[in-house]
Amino acid sequence: MLQAQEKFSDLDALYSPDAKVATSMYENADLFNEEMERIFKRTWVWVAHDTELNDKGSFKLSNVGLEPVIVVRDRKGDVNVLVNRCRHRAATVCEVKKGKTSSFQCPYHGWGYGLDGSLRGLPYPEQYGEEFDKGAHGLKRLRTESYNGMIFATFNDEIEPLTDFLGPEVCRYIDLFMKQGGGFPVKVLGEHQFSVPMNWKVQLENTTDAYHFPVVHKSFMQSLDGDAEEAFKFLDTGKGYVEDLGNGHSVMVMIPERIDLDENLDDPIEERYLPLVQELREEGYPEDQVKKIVRAVGGAGFNLNLFPNVSFSLAFFRVLTPVNVEQTDIRHIALGMEGGPAAANRMRMRLHEHFQGPMGFGSPDDAEVWERVQRGTKGGEDLPILVNRGLIDETPGALGPRGHISAETGMRAAYKMWKRMMSR
Amino acid sequence: MNMMTKTNDLALLQKVSAFLWAEADLLDGKDYDAWLSLWLTEGFYTLPIGEGDDFDNQLNLCHDNDRMRRDRIQRFQQGFSISSAPPARTVRTVSRFVIDSVEGDTVTVSSAEHVIEDKFGRQRIWGANMKHTLVASGDGFKIRAKVVRLLNSDGMLNSFSYLF
Repeated sequence: MLQAQEKFSDLDALYSPDAKVATSMYENADLFNEEMERIFKRTWVWVAHDTELNDKGSFKLSNVGLEPVIVVRDRKGDVNVLVNRCRHRAATVCEVKKGKTSSFQCPYHGWGYGLDGSLRGLPYPEQYGEEFDKGAHGLKRLRTESYNGMIFATFNDEIEPLTDFLGPEVCRYIDLFMKQGGGFPVKVLGEHQFSVPMNWKVQLENTTDAYHFPVVHKSFMQSLDGDAEEAFKFLDTGKGYVEDLGNGHSVMVMIPERIDLDENLDDPIEERYLPLVQELREEGYPEDQVKKIVRAVGGAGFNLNLFPNVSFSLAFFRVLTPVNVEQTDIRHIALGMEGGPAAANRMRMRLHEHFQGPMGFGSPDDAEVWERVQRGTKGGEDLPILVNRGLIDETPGALGPRGHISAETGMRAAYKMWKRMMSR
Repeated sequence: MNMMTKTNDLALLQKVSAFLWAEADLLDGKDYDAWLSLWLTEGFYTLPIGEGDDFDNQLNLCHDNDRMRRDRIQRFQQGFSISSAPPARTVRTVSRFVIDSVEGDTVTVSSAEHVIEDKFGRQRIWGANMKHTLVASGDGFKIRAKVVRLLNSDGMLNSFSYLF
């Protein structure tokens, strides 16, 4: 550890004050191990959405950095995040991706754990003697807090409360994002998962990168009707912006009129939503609710990127999980309206399938360019990676600088936080 | 085609197999215009996630109607999608044909598909269970539905620049 500290003591050489990133940031395995310790073991990491754990006993597998965890709702309704490792001889106690259970039992020697991780029982305990303390042999439990349905966990008992880590601006944008329930609570409808041979920071950079959109996603744009294509031409209109929201978080506002989905409800409805409008009217929804639901189906007009592993991207959550220095798993979580009209949720899912995931019209092209970044770093070790775009005309925002829609302000926000966490 | 009634009809099995092999050949050859012509307009091409079969009301990897199939092919062919210019090359085998049902002019057939893709000097292998709903048409068939369930559809996948 001490050796590693010395090795990476020159953080300015890795991320320079003039916003240049060293090649080794994407490909140095020792640095990756340091990041897992200093960042993923010490900060709040997103693990689940509330609606993935609807009932007592509902659970899902997740990760905090490299560590596999179980996220589970116990009998009191509290959510526990438990390291998926038996306290006896380390076997995982759960290999089902999601489901419902009353306990977790290790398959090796039968140690049984409650939904809060406490050790309930073990076969033939007398061989441990009378001093054996079951209370000290529960599954390792992480500190867990949530904000507006988003559940985070941390190994760091000293860290500030989650809402302080997010800060007031992030909380405000999360609340705005959740308005795409259209008057109903937002719920998880499913997820697309794909793994990409790239460093995790290549993904971290991408969610507030408007500059790539018209290039990488040209083929997606071409599959849209006129109105929808217009909506994605946010680089041309230049009305949007990217803002550093503190603690590594940032927002990229693409369509300012869609920051608050309750506003501008009388704007004309895009052509692609007209069949849905018709369906909702026929189902008897009043006109003002139809407008609100249809508006919500289109998603929010911004991407909110949280350091280090989750983002709120227009209409879905994007979650990254580092696997190794050159491999990162990505989840695109589809969202809908809990108790809302089935027709609206169907359209949400079709829109999600259109862009996202292994067979979307967008994600495969993202995955390709991310892999190309990783492949490109094999040459020119001494050449810096530039994230200095748009430094020239940034203005002060509420908590940090605000730049042009195509500025790399969000990446700089993330790297500033990266540096802060790596230096302590 | 004569009325078909029996699922153990070897002549029908042979005819269905020939059709699915020919489809596989079109997909490996990326002869997508010919592939599109195999479809009935109302047909759906679906890669579900997990075991569910209410495809309209669940999230799938893809659930393509005629319009989406054509848009998808156009995206592959126009050259603006970096992941499909060039795409991965594929070699696939389709086998283990079982005729599930024959009703009037409609045959449903289950099969196994193995696809090996090659790109960036790296090969990946995918296994899937397929189910085709075929409707007799002239000397052959048209596809009314094709459902491809990847073995790990609910697991960590990669991105695909081709069809299954």
